[in-house]
Amino acid sequence: MSATTSARPDETLRPGRIDAKPVRHPWRWVAVAVIAVVVAMMVSSFLTNPRWDFSYAFQIMQQTPVIRGLWIGTIGGTIGSMILGVVLGVVLAVMRLSDNPVLRFVAFVYTWFFRAIPRYVLLGLIGVGIGFLYSRLTIGVPFGEQIATAVGIDRDTFTFFGLDWNAFSSTIWAGILGLGLSEAAYMAEIARAGIQSVDRGQTEAAQALGMPPGKTMRRIVLPQAMRVIVPPTGNETIAMVKDTSLLIAIPITNELFFQAYGFGQRSFKIMPGFVAATLWYLIVCSILMVGQHYLERYFGRGFGAPSKKAQQQLSKIEADH
Amino acid sequence: MTTATRPAEAPLVHAVNVMKSFHGNEVLKGIDLDVRRGEVVVLLGPSGSGKTTFLRCINQLETIDGGRIWVDGDLMGYADKGGQLYRLTDKQIAAQRRDIGMCFQRFNLFPHKTALENVMEAPVQVKGVKKKDARKRGIELLERVGLGDKPAAYPAQLSGGQQQRVAIARALAMDPKLMLFDEPTSALDPELVGEVLAVMRELAASGMTMIVVTHEMGFARDVADEVVFMDGGVVVEQGPPSEVIGNPRHPRTKDFLRRMRAEEEEQAEAVAAALSVVQANIAGTGDEAGDAKATDPAAPADATPATTPSEPPAERSGD
Ligand SMILES: Nc1ncnc2c1ncn2[C@@H]1O[C@H](COP(=O)(O)OP(=O)(O)OP(=O)(O)O)[C@@H](O)[C@H]1O
Ligand SMILES: [Mg+2]
Repeated sequence: MSATTSARPDETLRPGRIDAKPVRHPWRWVAVAVIAVVVAMMVSSFLTNPRWDFSYAFQIMQQTPVIRGLWIGTIGGTIGSMILGVVLGVVLAVMRLSDNPVLRFVAFVYTWFFRAIPRYVLLGLIGVGIGFLYSRLTIGVPFGEQIATAVGIDRDTFTFFGLDWNAFSSTIWAGILGLGLSEAAYMAEIARAGIQSVDRGQTEAAQALGMPPGKTMRRIVLPQAMRVIVPPTGNETIAMVKDTSLLIAIPITNELFFQAYGFGQRSFKIMPGFVAATLWYLIVCSILMVGQHYLERYFGRGFGAPSKKAQQQLSKIEADH
Repeated sequence: MTTATRPAEAPLVHAVNVMKSFHGNEVLKGIDLDVRRGEVVVLLGPSGSGKTTFLRCINQLETIDGGRIWVDGDLMGYADKGGQLYRLTDKQIAAQRRDIGMCFQRFNLFPHKTALENVMEAPVQVKGVKKKDARKRGIELLERVGLGDKPAAYPAQLSGGQQQRVAIARALAMDPKLMLFDEPTSALDPELVGEVLAVMRELAASGMTMIVVTHEMGFARDVADEVVFMDGGVVVEQGPPSEVIGNPRHPRTKDFLRRMRAEEEEQAEAVAAALSVVQANIAGTGDEAGDAKATDPAAPADATPATTPSEPPAERSGD
């Protein structure tokens, strides 16, 4: 190239700087206009309708029962049910992919059942239905109580573990159980897709090194499956934050929306109650989205660096900090 | 596991009448092979002849349908109790594989672990070696394969040749009695083949027992003690390289070697042809492009000077 550049006969004949008109986007401007009108209507509603009462909404947000509902019901419920859901979901996925037909079948039936039943119904079933059947749940020898009574000894002799269901079902643990069981069915599908996305050669390499199957799954396959599992799990977590508002079906009252709505209702200011809850949900979900970004980066390590160009860009971004 | 008392000269690998089918498709039709300690055996054969399958049967990545394979006196995959075979559990089979290293065509390094972590993984997780000791040994092994400066690199940051060398180090970390190589260089760019073969030559020289599937004739000629030519799931011809490669008896062996040689020559010719085209372009560039500019001023500023119709140089013919 460089050899020919100097040999060019006439510089003025060659095309120069490009000075072209950009493509016009008239519909963008139409969209901007429509958005502007909608925003103006909202602002006008905020300013002219006193029933919005934002200052009261902010007050509701700071009430102790609302904060407690946020921490225990919404945040505690989300963390607890997601932990249960992810752990049980991964176990179900491994069962689903195992050679053992019994395990495969159990996992299939579980997923089928819990995906078909709505969360609101499931929570009601756990909170009210089971309590209706058994006020006290016990684990022990089958027919143990009957045998003990017949023999004439203490009826709890053959009972190893007992749980007062009615007391249990009003705690957040019942909510975590219900939401977690339901979540596991969805997480099982996500984890299965993740495990299947890992190249078969990885399992074979681990096997060839003499790694037993369980360790191969835990050390080699699952960490790589995480790259596929994490993004949808983040979405599931955010969905779960919102689904904690269903806990009232149990009923659990220590929950953000129920408390905020209650404040609004009692003072005949319905809308501020909704606004208070909405703002809290927005805040929590925004924080989660940031966390998701960092998790994705962590589990993507070792995968993101194949191209020189991407590496250069990354180091440039880091240098800018 | 019953360890039969064995005479000192017993072969390390003793495979008898090994048979394997996939869904009725008979891939191995009774393979016999003995590999003595310290011996290097090269498996040759056309595509689909069952070389990979046979290697995978040796370390039980495939279960065999017939025959027996003993490695160092252990019957692979089964316990023999008075003539009745009992299938071993996955854990027991995993234990049998510890002494057999394997290198794959596509390396199969663990992409979420660094080179050093790849090498340390099995000793720590399988043998329970202390991390500190495994790290020390891992660095030694990486140095041995010429990658002492790359312990912290992830596989994606390494070239194919470097990845395969890490894979060799990873297998060596388990102190295997036997190494299996399945076309370790055939996924590599030609300029990277040499560095992997060099490591394998060194390994052979150090006395490692190796079974190598490869199309690298030079390696087979120089390093192999025994060359086994397979075709259609049977061993067609077997012997020292001077005989099987230098003076093949069987027509199928002759045919295969002729084709291999033709392919090599074709490759060499293609490279030579590509070279001459490139050289012609370099020589012709100046005037040719200058002429074009003079006669056609509207030509875009960075039209490629190489107007000679040339195909991109074929680096390798398909393999
Ligand atoms: N998992 C499998 N399922 C079904 N068929 C298989 C499987 N693995 C191998 N085969 C078949 O077995 C035959 C032998 O395959 P194998 O990979 O052992 O050949 P090879 O000698 O290694 O060939 P190449 O030189 O192409 O690697 C082929 O016809 C192949 O299609
Ligand atoms: Mg093969």
